[in-house]
Amino acid sequence: MDLLNINGLEIEFPSRHGTVKAVKGVSLTVQPGEVLGVVGESGAGKSTIGNAVIGLLEAPGRVSGGEIFLNGEQINNLSDEGIRKIRGRRIGMIFQDPLTSLDPLQTIEQQLVETIELHLKLGAAKSFERAVDLLRQVGIPDPENRIKHYPHQFSGGMRQRVVIALALCAEPEVIIADEPTTALDVSIQAQILELMRRLCKDKQVGMLIITHDMGVIAEITDRVAVMYRGDLVEEGTTAKILGDPDHPYTKSLISAVPRPDVRLHRFPMVDYIEKEEDRKKTMDISTHWLGQARDFDAVEGPLVSVENLVMKFVAKEALLKRNRKFFTAVDGISFDIKQGEVFGLVGESGSGKSTVARMICGLYTPASGAVNFGDTDLTKIKSEKEMDYYRRQMQMIFQDPFSSLNGRMKVMDIVAEPIRFHKLASSNAEVESIVLDLLEHVGLGRQAALRFPHEFSGGQRQRISIARALATRPRFLICDEPTSALDVSIQAQILNLLKDLQEELGLTMLFISHDLPVIRQMCDRVGVMRAGKLEEVSETEALFTNPTATYTQELLALMPRLDTLSHEGLEVEGA
Amino acid sequence: MVSFLFKRLLQSIVVMATVAFIAFSMFKFVGDPINNMVGQDTSQQERDELREKLGLNDPFLVQFGRFSLNAATGNFGYSYKFQVPVSEMIFERMPATLELAFVSAIIALAFGIPLGVYTALRREGFISKMIMSLSLVGVSLPTFLIGILLILLFGVVLRWLPTFGRGEVVEIGAWTTGFLTTSGLKSLILPSITLALFQLTLIMRLVRSEMLEVLRTDFVKFARARGLPNRSVHFKHALKNTLVPVITITGLQLGSLIAFAIITESVFQWPGMGLMFVQAIADVDIPIMAAYLMLIAFFFVIINMIVDILYYAVDPRLRASDGS
Repeated sequence: MDLLNINGLEIEFPSRHGTVKAVKGVSLTVQPGEVLGVVGESGAGKSTIGNAVIGLLEAPGRVSGGEIFLNGEQINNLSDEGIRKIRGRRIGMIFQDPLTSLDPLQTIEQQLVETIELHLKLGAAKSFERAVDLLRQVGIPDPENRIKHYPHQFSGGMRQRVVIALALCAEPEVIIADEPTTALDVSIQAQILELMRRLCKDKQVGMLIITHDMGVIAEITDRVAVMYRGDLVEEGTTAKILGDPDHPYTKSLISAVPRPDVRLHRFPMVDYIEKEEDRKKTMDISTHWLGQARDFDAVEGPLVSVENLVMKFVAKEALLKRNRKFFTAVDGISFDIKQGEVFGLVGESGSGKSTVARMICGLYTPASGAVNFGDTDLTKIKSEKEMDYYRRQMQMIFQDPFSSLNGRMKVMDIVAEPIRFHKLASSNAEVESIVLDLLEHVGLGRQAALRFPHEFSGGQRQRISIARALATRPRFLICDEPTSALDVSIQAQILNLLKDLQEELGLTMLFISHDLPVIRQMCDRVGVMRAGKLEEVSETEALFTNPTATYTQELLALMPRLDTLSHEGLEVEGA
Repeated sequence: MVSFLFKRLLQSIVVMATVAFIAFSMFKFVGDPINNMVGQDTSQQERDELREKLGLNDPFLVQFGRFSLNAATGNFGYSYKFQVPVSEMIFERMPATLELAFVSAIIALAFGIPLGVYTALRREGFISKMIMSLSLVGVSLPTFLIGILLILLFGVVLRWLPTFGRGEVVEIGAWTTGFLTTSGLKSLILPSITLALFQLTLIMRLVRSEMLEVLRTDFVKFARARGLPNRSVHFKHALKNTLVPVITITGLQLGSLIAFAIITESVFQWPGMGLMFVQAIADVDIPIMAAYLMLIAFFFVIINMIVDILYYAVDPRLRASDGS
């Protein structure tokens, strides 16, 4: 008998505009001690399946067909109370974001003991013992003391361990993990996946891992199910799916994953999803608006160079200045970016890479050090007017496409704002025609101008951000994790767009990412950051083939191994 | 925490000094105090003597300094009209206002929070929608109208409750209380409901929207996924997380309950500070007005301090962080 058996599951979301079928007849099984991966991009319906199993579908979603069996017992038709008794007791759940999964106002102990008491009724002393023991099992050092702490006193990785401990409270038979490592750094991700795999084998728990990340799939799963828009397109052993996929969607999904091993000229597109419809207009820079008025001061040598940049944040306020405690986020960093070059900064969260970007474009004022743009030290400029001249030349693209656009402005106004501010066009009609043209160049089309940001998907919004950044006719672009909030196929499109624009316009770029394969595909030279310091700066290819710093070697070793991924027959399509 | 409180204390002193300055300038600019004190038949010489005696010829800063020092020790001089110390008058009236505000706050919290939770949990229910529509009335009807309607219904038509005054009061030391007699308690009902209604609807709507927000968070979903029963999810995890904004608003509202009891006190002829203040305005009795102003500012400052300390009690993230 299968431990978990999902048979012909159909889930629909009735809405005013008709019913949306989120899951269309999906059948899956999980055996004890087995890890089944469900992979797909956003909107594939993979999380919906997880929620349906534990009876937590968000309203108005409902199971409209099929059955779910847990150890032979049907659970999808239970009463609210009946399914509640199964949740946590027999099926544990782990969510994506460990920072928001725990109640911030209760200690770890309160949350663990409450859950253990509820399911196992051991009594206070035994429950506490079990809670400490669970923390030890998930690898939290000094559990007797740490259990008294509140969630905010743990790091992201440690919090995810606590979340796992909470899911394990009552020795469930099945664990459903919904993007368990997406919010974590690669090194932490490797540890958490290792922990989950070990627990799964030791306790003979069946595990259903829902993810969009092929790296996670390759690392931990025994079998994989690939989903696309509510359909199960392919299922099989991990080696089979990654190494020799049958379905064209699986093939193109795998090909879109940035390759850590070889640098390709362009990212292979997931052509199964995006037909070639949004092919962008190419431009002739000599006649195009973007190419005009590029009469910036000629610069000899590097366009941007930073010297001994230091940034300190106040970690602990105190009444007297000298009693304040500081946290040094960036600790004496120097590097040059040549004209027309894409310079990458890579590092884990908290390494200070975004802080560097913010100091270069003047969002933060460095504690000491210089930011040279050409021959001018930007940190020495006092007048706003003079600074505007340089602001126009550099623009920034942010990570989160959902919060970096003003939701109350139409796309037309969002993109036109920098043009109007810097007075780059003589009339309103000219501004509008420039905006429409820019929108075409980033592959959105003219009709986008009249809509509001919320009408667009994440990838489309990032295109709006790019159009906005281009609107000042910059020569230096700072991209801070421009694709880490996007699906792989969308990521491939955006990165290709950035590559094209960089080539066409001869832009100089600072490209920040935590994702090494992406860095390899995008950058000419790379700086590796760790705890506010630069560990190593070198040519990208040299860094990947022959890293000198130990930290870089560690990072490279932690990259999810995708050796099993098939790239045969795909390079031709992609290259 | 200590440095934070110290900073807050300094800020409070600045606030109080500013209010003192405004209160003091009333003496200077709202009419001539001598004219207000003496009768028509007082001679110019007598007036000058009085002026000298009261120190009104001293330089501005000296007068302000004297006023502030006196105010700090609770001495606000004599009422122009009644010729008794203002502090005495205020202290006599304070219990009435504080008791009224206290009962109103209890009513507002005791009904506002549960109703807010209920309407958030049963968002689509018929009763919730009824409550939400009715709450609009509470927000939009002016206090005096509600008071008059209540008097008309319960005082005049039904004749259940008294329509004015505090009823019988019992003296406990310097404090007079209406809590210990039936007529005192009965008299409290209408004015306290009138005063509470607006705050009640405000707190209810606030709790509701905060609850809806918290119920969407991941930790609530994770609590459900662990099989915790609704009771625990709603009250142990969700409600507690709504408290920080609720405490902020409630604190400020408690201040305005005391400060703006004026209208309610006028409608119900409640012998509190608000009524005294209204009468003082009519009489241009500036010492009373100044003292009232200072006192209300003082209440607000104190309440704000308490609110800040409560944040620390509720939210562990604000406490000095140790660990990693």
